[in-house]
Amino acid sequence: MVRTDVQLMLDVKAGDEASFALLLQRYRTPLVNFLYRMVRNREQAEDLAQEVFLRVYRAREDYVPSAKFTTWLFRIATNLALNSVRDTRYQKLEVSIDAPVTIDAEDGDEKPLDVPEKHPNIEQHLVEDARKKMIRHAIEKLPEKQRAAVLLHKYEELDYAEIAKILNCSESALKSLLFRAYESLRVELAPLVARASGRA
Amino acid sequence: MSCERMESRILGYVDGRLKESERKEVEKHLASCAPCRLRVEEFRAVSELLDELPVIEPSPEFDVRVHALVAAEPVKQSWWAWMRVSPRVVFAAAMLLLAMLWFGFYQRPQTPQLPWSNPVEADAQMMKDLGVLEDNDLLSNFEPLKELPPPVQAEEDSETQQQM
Repeated sequence: MVRTDVQLMLDVKAGDEASFALLLQRYRTPLVNFLYRMVRNREQAEDLAQEVFLRVYRAREDYVPSAKFTTWLFRIATNLALNSVRDTRYQKLEVSIDAPVTIDAEDGDEKPLDVPEKHPNIEQHLVEDARKKMIRHAIEKLPEKQRAAVLLHKYEELDYAEIAKILNCSESALKSLLFRAYESLRVELAPLVARASGRA
Repeated sequence: MSCERMESRILGYVDGRLKESERKEVEKHLASCAPCRLRVEEFRAVSELLDELPVIEPSPEFDVRVHALVAAEPVKQSWWAWMRVSPRVVFAAAMLLLAMLWFGFYQRPQTPQLPWSNPVEADAQMMKDLGVLEDNDLLSNFEPLKELPPPVQAEEDSETQQQM
């Protein structure tokens, strides 16, 4: 039987280290992805994700299952990400996705542009890469709180009540935040949107 | 439903998160509002575009680093846990206490019986010591007394004879 997050966390509270390892296994990928899309730097995203897990572990003795585990987890992650984004020390270390010598690989790594010249699908690859780059760039251009809302809503599939708690706002404020974010994305991605909706 | 009210529901409609009653209300509005229909299409396209971003996997060292951080955490012990010492320590402390009590009550050094511990003897001793004050040798050797002028013995004798 699969134990719920809350059950695992209560077991961690009781001193079961194996349950912590299961939580780590369950949430490392969503957390790293969320943080990567928030801070735009993989190494920094992993550092922040480690910090999130460490804080969860440190808080185990005081853990009370009053809210969903994911709400608590992503609230810690969001706060860390927002602080990090606002921190100018980190901004200096950020790697711009616009750097001309890099390209986003399938796994999201930033690697040097090293494509064989006679690759049959080179044009297709470049088009796909440009498309992904444009989408990422549009997300990155969103104000931090809108970006967090979109990521939590779209990729983590959290419900409105959870996201509102994480971002410390009302549900109606969150819906307004998400609407404005999608409006910005619609404008930013207009060429792709027009093509996708068959108006190109 | 107005177009303004659609703002709070359009994304829920696109993602299929609305309640049945809300969904029907939105669809009723969309049937008569071309701009909102267009917006729904565009939001749906945006949502599909967001799906295209790849998912990255944490590096292989990620778990190792997290476990190392957790292992480096100091072990927290509650106040009660601190009180729950091992049986050996409890035994040693009890033995030490017993030893202290034994030394305290049975090995106390005997205090010498001083003469003045008995009130009668103390009084007798004091009376005995009073003789020191009557010791003329002591008084005659007292330096300040030597500096006094000699007593006028002759005058005193003549006065007594005249009275007689």
